[in-house]
Amino acid sequence: MNLPRLRVERRLSTSRLTSTLALVVSLLLALLAIGLVFSSLGVDPIYAYRRILRGGFGSLYGLGESLAKSIPLLLTGAGLALAFRARVYNIGAEGQLLLGAIVGGGIALNFGHWPRGVLLPVMFLGGFLGGALWAAVPALLKARFRVDEVLTSLMLVYVAGDLVRYLVYGPWRGPEERGFPYSSRFALAAQLPHVEGTRIHYPTLLLAVGLAVLLYLLLERTKLGYEIRVTGENPAAARYAGMNTDRIIILVLLLSGGLAGMAGVGEVAGIHARLSPPEGISPGYGFTAIIVAWLARLNPLAAILTAFLIGGLLVGGDAIQVALNLPAASIYIFNGMILLFVIAGDVFTRYRLRLELRS
Amino acid sequence: MIEFLVSVIALTIPAGTALLYGTLGEVYAERSGVLNLGVEGMMIMGAVTGFAVTQTTGNLLLGIVAAALVGGLMALIHAFASVTLRVNQVVSGLALTMLGLGISGMIGKRYIGMPLAARIRPLDIPVLSDLPVLGPMLFRFNALVYLAMALVPILWFVLYKTYWGITLRSVGENPAAADAMGVNVVRVRYLAVVFGGFMAGLGGAFLSVAYAPAWIEGMTAGAGWIVIALTIFAMWDPARALLGAYLFGGVRVLQFRLQPLGISPNFLNMLPFLLTILVLLLVSGQAFRRRVGVPAALMQPYAREER
Repeated sequence: MNLPRLRVERRLSTSRLTSTLALVVSLLLALLAIGLVFSSLGVDPIYAYRRILRGGFGSLYGLGESLAKSIPLLLTGAGLALAFRARVYNIGAEGQLLLGAIVGGGIALNFGHWPRGVLLPVMFLGGFLGGALWAAVPALLKARFRVDEVLTSLMLVYVAGDLVRYLVYGPWRGPEERGFPYSSRFALAAQLPHVEGTRIHYPTLLLAVGLAVLLYLLLERTKLGYEIRVTGENPAAARYAGMNTDRIIILVLLLSGGLAGMAGVGEVAGIHARLSPPEGISPGYGFTAIIVAWLARLNPLAAILTAFLIGGLLVGGDAIQVALNLPAASIYIFNGMILLFVIAGDVFTRYRLRLELRS
Repeated sequence: MIEFLVSVIALTIPAGTALLYGTLGEVYAERSGVLNLGVEGMMIMGAVTGFAVTQTTGNLLLGIVAAALVGGLMALIHAFASVTLRVNQVVSGLALTMLGLGISGMIGKRYIGMPLAARIRPLDIPVLSDLPVLGPMLFRFNALVYLAMALVPILWFVLYKTYWGITLRSVGENPAAADAMGVNVVRVRYLAVVFGGFMAGLGGAFLSVAYAPAWIEGMTAGAGWIVIALTIFAMWDPARALLGAYLFGGVRVLQFRLQPLGISPNFLNMLPFLLTILVLLLVSGQAFRRRVGVPAALMQPYAREER
């Protein structure tokens, strides 16, 4: 056959410009592809994009909502960026987030009489431990038995979901909820304060930004961060240099799980003020955070920006749902397409494609 | 007691059928060394395509074939990304799932609440379906249920007893060695992944045109993720996939029937996922890996010059 052949060749070096350019071009191509899907399904893409922009970023209310949604995305995404840098693919952040919500919520329900200044920090600490504990299972299995963390962390997402369901349909169902699967409302001391007139629970926002900066410094400025990066880029070299890669795998999994757990506390204490079935606690923030981390090029600092952008996209998605009468799931097209184009775009920074004509 | 058992088994087999289609496909994809976490997305696209095409043409067969093709097309995206571009398979698969959930939601909106234009009938197998006990338990299903069953021995035979199967397994086991033997690694992986999508599409169509039969947004409800779990649970073997799919299907049937006995449906629901983690732990042992035939190159992209 005389078909032209597509070959992928490694580039010798990648400039910062190439890499940024690739990201921008991939995003534009993703938007174009989404536009094509939309128009083939009978939705005017220009109108849809305008509504999304206006919904997510075009008003004070929209900006506030976008910022509120960026909080769990940033907490979780910054942690995932750290783990992915070590090539530890924790994709179970959604489950770790739910565990954080369970532990934080459990503390809120049982110790509502504590003073706020004690109760809220204890809830966040508990949420961190809950998320870290959930991540400890894949961590130990990976470090001790070489069991792949992708599959174990993913399986535990569904276990966590059922655990939440068990609690809110069973022992933790609020007696005054008239049969609905909700816990009782948290005491006021267990609810996070908001920026006036918005749903921005600013203590969590500050925590998230602070932790993102800390993780960035850890990664780029410390010996441990260097070890994390080497473990990801060249595990054999890392072991040869005497680094304890098992310890690093466990550490990044526990940290990313813990941060996701804190995001869960932020959601139940800052938005809902009670526990509900898993879909009510998080519309898949743990999975969406993977996009946040990837768009940020696995840089926790850049995740501040990407979390806000994706948060705005989620809010804009709600807006087109109402304006164009689209189903809630349509926003997943954005998530999927952007992710697909961004990872494909990455390839062009490391490789070049050549079309070979053979005879 | 017998009546209870008969009714449970009669419900279990259809409940496990979509899982069986998906798992058989994913077993082949993973045997070639490619993990596809996009099963949920391919399945739901199959479901919406099967329903929409059947509805507009009135032809059930056309709907089912279209669903399989769309599943295969989705898988082609994953094959291009993970085999040709060699991107991270995990992320590419996740993206596929999101894409499928989103697009199916938009396509399916107008079909919500509609009854399906054509009905799939149970095959009335003469004599067998009239048997006492066994008849209603095993011999009154529709053709798609039996097709899934029939595929099990065929796919088992192809995998273990034919040249194609050896080639497929060698690519997932040691692609460099297979390449040196003259096997076209890229082609084998493309075919295996697309076959996986084809089967996931069929599984989705089974849900929307036979099992439900209706279009409900997000109707796969995590079945694609259970398929990922089942593939491991079955240790990448088509025969064990049958066992696993019916077992997991049975769990879904039983979860509400056991509730009166004080067994929480939520804990029963966790069981498949916990069992899967246990199996992952089991197959991590070296001796076990070799005996079971865990695809050693799973999730590893292959590039000739980087050996």
